[in-house]
Amino acid sequence: MTEAMRGFDNHNRNDASRYAVAEGVTRAPLWRLLRLMWANYHFSLIAVAVCIAVTGLTTLASTLFTRSLIDDYVVPLTQVDNPQYASLAQTLFTLAMVLVIGVIASYVHSRLMINVSQGTMLKLRTSLFDKMQTLPVSFFDSNSHGRVMSTYTNDVDSLRQMIGDSLPQTLNSLITIAVTFVSMVVLSIPLTVVSIIMALVMTRCTARLGRISRAHFKTQQATLAEVNGFVEEMVGGLRVVKVFNHEQQAVRQFDTLNEQLRSSTYNANRFANIVMPVNGNLSHLSYVLIAVIGAWLILRGGVDLSLGTLVAFLTLNKSFARPVSGISQQMNSVLNASVGAERVFDLSDSESESDNGKVTLVNVVVNAAGDMMPTPLRTGQWAWMIPRGTGVSPRFVRVSGGVEFSHVDFGYSADHTVLHDINITAMPGQKIAFVGGTGAGKTTITNLINRFYDISHGTITLDGIAVTDISKSHLRRALGMVLQQTHLFTGSVLDNIRYGRLDATDQDCIEAAKLVGADGFIRRLSNGYHTVLLDDGGNLSEGERQLLAIARAAVADPPVLILDEATSSIDTRTERLVQRGMDNLMSGRTTFVIAHRLSTVRNADCIIVLDHGKIIEYGNHDELMEYRGAYYNLYTGGL
Amino acid sequence: MIKTLYKQIGQYLTPSLLCPLFIMLEVVLDVLIPYVTSWIIDRGIMPGDFNAIYRYGVLMLGMALLSFVMGVLAGQFSAKASTGFASNVRSAMYRNVQRFAFSDIDKYSTAGLVTRMTTDVTNLQSAYQMLLRITVRAPFTLLSSIVMCFVISPRLSLVFVVATVVLATFLYIIITRVGRLFSRVFKQYDAVNSVVQENVTGVREVKAFVREQHEKSKFGAAARGLYDLYVRAESLMATTHPVMNLVVYGCIIAISWWGAHFVVAGDLTTGQLTSLFAYVMSILMSLMMLSMIFVQLTQSAASGERVAQVINEVPDIVSPEDGITDIASGRIDFDGVSFAYKGGSGEYALAGVNLHIASGETVGVIGGTGSGKSSLVNLISRLYDVSRGTVSVDGKDVRTLDLAALRNAVAVVLQHNILFSGTLMDNLRWGNEHATLEQCRQVCNIACATEFIDEMPDGFETVIEQGGTNVSGGQRQRLCIARALLKSPKILILDDSTSALDNATDARVRHQLKALLPDVTKIVISQRITSIRDCDRILVLDGGRVAGFDTHDKLMTTCAVYREICELQDEPTGDFDDRSHERI
Repeated sequence: MTEAMRGFDNHNRNDASRYAVAEGVTRAPLWRLLRLMWANYHFSLIAVAVCIAVTGLTTLASTLFTRSLIDDYVVPLTQVDNPQYASLAQTLFTLAMVLVIGVIASYVHSRLMINVSQGTMLKLRTSLFDKMQTLPVSFFDSNSHGRVMSTYTNDVDSLRQMIGDSLPQTLNSLITIAVTFVSMVVLSIPLTVVSIIMALVMTRCTARLGRISRAHFKTQQATLAEVNGFVEEMVGGLRVVKVFNHEQQAVRQFDTLNEQLRSSTYNANRFANIVMPVNGNLSHLSYVLIAVIGAWLILRGGVDLSLGTLVAFLTLNKSFARPVSGISQQMNSVLNASVGAERVFDLSDSESESDNGKVTLVNVVVNAAGDMMPTPLRTGQWAWMIPRGTGVSPRFVRVSGGVEFSHVDFGYSADHTVLHDINITAMPGQKIAFVGGTGAGKTTITNLINRFYDISHGTITLDGIAVTDISKSHLRRALGMVLQQTHLFTGSVLDNIRYGRLDATDQDCIEAAKLVGADGFIRRLSNGYHTVLLDDGGNLSEGERQLLAIARAAVADPPVLILDEATSSIDTRTERLVQRGMDNLMSGRTTFVIAHRLSTVRNADCIIVLDHGKIIEYGNHDELMEYRGAYYNLYTGGL
Repeated sequence: MIKTLYKQIGQYLTPSLLCPLFIMLEVVLDVLIPYVTSWIIDRGIMPGDFNAIYRYGVLMLGMALLSFVMGVLAGQFSAKASTGFASNVRSAMYRNVQRFAFSDIDKYSTAGLVTRMTTDVTNLQSAYQMLLRITVRAPFTLLSSIVMCFVISPRLSLVFVVATVVLATFLYIIITRVGRLFSRVFKQYDAVNSVVQENVTGVREVKAFVREQHEKSKFGAAARGLYDLYVRAESLMATTHPVMNLVVYGCIIAISWWGAHFVVAGDLTTGQLTSLFAYVMSILMSLMMLSMIFVQLTQSAASGERVAQVINEVPDIVSPEDGITDIASGRIDFDGVSFAYKGGSGEYALAGVNLHIASGETVGVIGGTGSGKSSLVNLISRLYDVSRGTVSVDGKDVRTLDLAALRNAVAVVLQHNILFSGTLMDNLRWGNEHATLEQCRQVCNIACATEFIDEMPDGFETVIEQGGTNVSGGQRQRLCIARALLKSPKILILDDSTSALDNATDARVRHQLKALLPDVTKIVISQRITSIRDCDRILVLDGGRVAGFDTHDKLMTTCAVYREICELQDEPTGDFDDRSHERI
């Protein structure tokens, strides 16, 4: 595995709880997984089962042949003067044919199983990803990213192990046990009883040792998590350790933890390592017991038991014991997988974003009569198409970017209201600035316009249409966003700008970059616009990332813009550049801006001062300064 | 890599040697047991001698018991050796990481180092355990089984030799190809995961730009690529099992045919024939096991490389032997200093810097991103070494000073500062292990931290969570300043350490530092003019060069860069959030 993947292990450990799931969902994850496999691959699965059975039977045939070899050929041949080998050759040839069939069957079953398991994994992965795309923003806000990632990596992977390895092996073992059992019964019932008793003893021993060992493994995992946390903290804070000459103490603390980890790992492995010799030698014991009892039975006579049968039984007994203890080991991995499956299905059962909006965004041309007509061409003139029932032609409303909040209440949970009675009117092209302390509700308001969250009371309209009536994807296409935390995607700079509008040409992207003042730094990158960005644009500075995000919004060219100014400290010059970029982007658009910079606020058409989810003042800069209220205090305070 | 890892066996060499020894004994017994079973058949069952069965049965049980003891002992020793080895590896890495200089830290990511110290070490531990157990067991079983076959029947053994060669060649070809494919599988895994991660972290972008379909097809392509590679690798892998069966069956038929002839001719007993069948299985199983080990070991080789890299990293900066420990004053001199980051673009972060700061002086440092502010102060406490020129503290080249003494004399409050899990007192005591509550309170007063500490329910015993998430940014900065003050330093460096404070608190902290620590040389880096305008002198950096070093008033007339920064900041800027936090 790679570093990136393994990193998520840590989250997994701290994050063992489950996702919140919609009500009334069945909760038998393994069963569901099997049903899913069956639905997609029932022919393959039947073929796999048949092939496994054939393989098992041919293995059995080769074992039984040992009896026939001794009883029917070797012993009689030794008793004649002129031994004839023709019939032996004949039998061996038949056996060879049977075995070749077995080999082919075993290849076919593993090949088919690869398709089934990998195909199921592919389906699972893509459907899980597709599902993720439908989940609301609130899902990602309420579940840690490490946790969600871990479902895609660790949990899905545990399923791969189960489907790919444990399942066919368990099936294989079951069939071998069944086939062997039947042949053992056919060969000798008393010996079978002995064999079964020994198999049970072995299973008990394995289970018992497994329990002890598991308890130690649990301690080991806990200490490992502790060491993990400690190392993470100390390595993350290594610079501080150096600055404070704290190395000795850091090493002392580590030594204690490291020793704890060593001893718990030692105990866990010690018991696990006993399992193999115990099982191996119990099977020897079983062998001797059966040999002694079998020989005794033959010598005593009265039981239908031949020498060849005993020899064959001894071999069978070996192949009986192995899958029995094998199954109990597979059960562990199956149980682990069921935990993974549970989380995978929990994720796919999470409630999707609902979208009942019928109003869509279309390009229009205006004919001579002044009526708007929809067109597939990109005219740059946008309108909302409002359906008016069947048979009636839809109504068109020009997209101009007027937004109105009317008596809006909102809470992240039903019993806790975050915003109270919010009323805002933004005329097309106006710039509205939100001001207020942490937790005042600024970011929340902007999350409501694009319906990342839905309001609990009141209405929000865009160009006079309730946002709930607009199809979500169309609504969001009309709203541009520049977030405080910029995220970039793996790909070239050009690709990242184009993210704003997929059909934008290279020239469009470069124009957008020029408009917002990002062109300069992009050209200085090693490959200019074709520089590949990795790790969320980790090779760029904070200011540069923001400039790219602004360019991305510019290329989308939306009528309404939502800006969340960054608070992180960037130097004055870059800040200037970002500021100018934002200003260029805002001109001519209705803009909602969460303002952290006083200069932004001063230029706003309307400043909304929020406190504890309520609007306490609003007006432009001059009005609010004259009012001498909270805004006045904010503006003058500390300066 | 092998040499480095070998050294980590250390005190666990004895169990590391005992384990293979006991494994070998166990194998010898395991290999002999089928031979004994052939006696049970030949001398007991065939002639109907019940005593022989009993005798050999007891012998076999005795051997099984012995083999069991050997097996358990081998298991104990292998557990002891491998976990001890892992513990040594972890410790060696951790100790070396603690010796890292800042430039070494830059080379690794935190997540990368943590992974190396945990998952990679766990991989090595199981690889080592496997090496001790199976790598000894499989070839030894193979060898001794073949020997036994030769003992039983040299002529029939030719069958085994041929089969072994055929299977070994086949496995070698397959395994090397599969290994290559699997390394591509892991790369593709990364690609798939990175798409998922970008979508999880960037979910707002995806939704805001309505890019769900675009992302779905991106992920679909990556997942499909993973599927194709996996199917190819596993299909190749899947050929091993049938081929092995084919070889086993071939052996059985060949042995049956010739074996029957030999038995009839009296050259071989029935019991020997059956034990040959048992050896067929153990020979081919051990070959199979060997190939599996090969795959696993090559996979953990990558972990080994990563671990060895950390252990062998030679720290860029070490304390000089017999370094000077006596640092009497807080005088700082830069003489012709140039500095470039190792592994960077090669461009100088600082070029030709000459500075002379008197003990007790307060110096402000300002300049744009990348102008070299942090680089400059990092040279003073020798967090990095200069590329050219000298940096002196108390008139002595920092490279001649004892590193611990230097860093005790120079307290740095880093730009990205961190508190550790533990109580507030624990954190403060990083500055001075033996500090009393009274001393802590004193420094917290200076840093304006007492005012919020006293409001916390547990005061100085308040538990700080990992990463200091339960205190605000401004509180963290003040605690970090207090922690640095506990060192009673000669020089105090604040690298943008008051950025989250509102102007009023910032001003109070500055005033207290000035009034209460007059003898300490103070260097203050800030983006805000207001934070530094009152300093004795202000150093203006531009592109790694000194653009001006004088008082505020003089710089306003002589330094164009400084004037520009002032003009830009003349209009009110700053963060509304923190202001409102304090006010509303």
